[in-house]
Amino acid sequence: MSTSTIEPPDFLDRAITSGSGARAFWSRFLTCVCISLAFLTLIPLLSIIFLLLKNGLPNLSLSALTELPPAAGMVGGGFGNAIVGTLLMVAIGLVLATPFGILSAIYINEYAPASRLSNTVRFVAKLLTGIPSIICGVFAYAVIVLPKTGWLAWIPSGFSAWAGGFALAILILPTILLTAEQALMSVPHAYREASYGLGATNFQTIWRVVLPDGLPAIMTGIMLAVARAAGETAPLIFTALFSQYWIQSFNEPTASLSVLIYNFSTTFDDHQKAMAWTASLVLVILVTVANISAQVIFRKKQ
Amino acid sequence: METTPPEQQEGGIKEFRRRPDLFRGLCWVASVAAVAILAWIIVEITHQAWPAIKEFGFSFVATSRWLPNRETFGVLPFIVGTAVSSLIALLFALPLGLAVAIFLSEDFLPPAVRQVVRFTVEMLAAIPSVVYGLWGIYVVIPLMLKFGPWAVQTFHNTWTTPGMNGAPEVQKGIPILETLFAPPSYGNSMLTASLVLALMILPTITAISRAALVAVPGTLREGAYALGSTRWEAIFGVILPAAAPGVVAATILALGRAMGETMAIAMLIGNSSHLTSSLLAPAGTLASLLANQFGEAEGLQVSSLMFAALLLVILTLFVNIAGEVVLRYTQRQTAGIR
Repeated sequence: MSTSTIEPPDFLDRAITSGSGARAFWSRFLTCVCISLAFLTLIPLLSIIFLLLKNGLPNLSLSALTELPPAAGMVGGGFGNAIVGTLLMVAIGLVLATPFGILSAIYINEYAPASRLSNTVRFVAKLLTGIPSIICGVFAYAVIVLPKTGWLAWIPSGFSAWAGGFALAILILPTILLTAEQALMSVPHAYREASYGLGATNFQTIWRVVLPDGLPAIMTGIMLAVARAAGETAPLIFTALFSQYWIQSFNEPTASLSVLIYNFSTTFDDHQKAMAWTASLVLVILVTVANISAQVIFRKKQ
Repeated sequence: METTPPEQQEGGIKEFRRRPDLFRGLCWVASVAAVAILAWIIVEITHQAWPAIKEFGFSFVATSRWLPNRETFGVLPFIVGTAVSSLIALLFALPLGLAVAIFLSEDFLPPAVRQVVRFTVEMLAAIPSVVYGLWGIYVVIPLMLKFGPWAVQTFHNTWTTPGMNGAPEVQKGIPILETLFAPPSYGNSMLTASLVLALMILPTITAISRAALVAVPGTLREGAYALGSTRWEAIFGVILPAAAPGVVAATILALGRAMGETMAIAMLIGNSSHLTSSLLAPAGTLASLLANQFGEAEGLQVSSLMFAALLLVILTLFVNIAGEVVLRYTQRQTAGIR
């Protein structure tokens, strides 16, 4: 881990790992404690994965992925509408948040890197990542779900996929903005100079040179945002609510995997509880795939 | 973040970039919108909370009766619940997270093994909150149902004194602990929620602390070794003090995360609005209150919930600003050491 260029010589290693007496014993004892604590963190994760597989796999079938949720007391069924709902609302969130996120990142990295507005944007984005996800839900509830009067009356009110997607958009905006900024920052400066040198305008440079080169890293940020949004429950429970049926329009309550898990985990129906585990397994797989693809895209660029 | 490389500061490109164009305007609008969203969130929530603010004022945060059917609302139990659950979670997560961070930044075991632990912690960060809740219902609550009665027996009914003159037996406990582990014990309790919460904030503490530890220059460590210190004398005497601001920032940011965590807590804490001192009893947090009641709320209850949400926003913003300031200070400090 040493940050210096010279590797510590061999005898140093021996000096700190061997020896006798109270100090050496104490040091070795603390090393053992530290290693055991580090491995202690493996236990909950293994427990979660084991239970997901044990309780989730038996019910995992094509019908689980394509059918409607079972009512209490029924057998069979699935959570097809919840998968569609989750994907749909994540997509709405992306469509709303991505343009804002990338355009702001372009402004704060390309146009005015050191301006007061740019520093404010960076700071506010950091603060937005720290805002509890349920606040995004409360905000979407206030803006969209509550009935409106006057000049805002055109916004459709009530629980809807729009409201859920809007809440997710607020949630993922800072993630997209900050990762896109990092992505643009990693584009070599010589590219821009070469482009300007060839007589390209500012816009041409950003659009034809900087953005294409930064695109894989921006995609990484978007996939991370997808992973975060897909797993969230709190912004959806009182914006999209839940639905037992297939989605008919964007203006009605919409099912999602995470809310289904929440609802089914607190029922007394054993089959619904088992379904909650299967849905959790699918959700964790979905989130992990999004995370891994983010890493893969990022590695490819490197 | 200083993002201005030297070549940018020269006249040429900087001058070029100042030229107005349509796209620049578009990007400017998006940036202003990103800042405006935070303001919009606060203004909108305050606006919706206004009826409750007018009705209850300060008594909202100072009273502990949350009775929707009598239109009486006080959030003191939930504020206390938010603070207590976050602090207990930190109590568990901070030593563990710091140990993992030290493990990852030292060379106790080969890199491949360290990579496994690092991957594990990253996986813990990726698991959705609601899955933690489900896991807590199946694993932590049964454990707590065993631990609760044992804790009551051990800490609350520690000594039995026979009653004088036929009076019933008197049971005494260990001071302080006897109020924390008072009967009756439940599965859904403050302690259950806090333990799962500790697991959820562990990745935050580990990631930021590890970055701070790795940023400590190797020369400091080598100097400590040269003076004859053992590995752990170097860690406690030199490396941890040098990384301390980063660890403090990690703790503060993890605290912010813990205060806002919603679903797992809503599923595990039992959602009671009674103010108790026992960790084995159900409680509630601001976030779990919102999660539970928003769906069916009407009238003054909606404004009261908005008021609670406003308090949560203010609390988390305050904590996050503090964490961010400390983190920036850290980055400046480590830049100085190098």
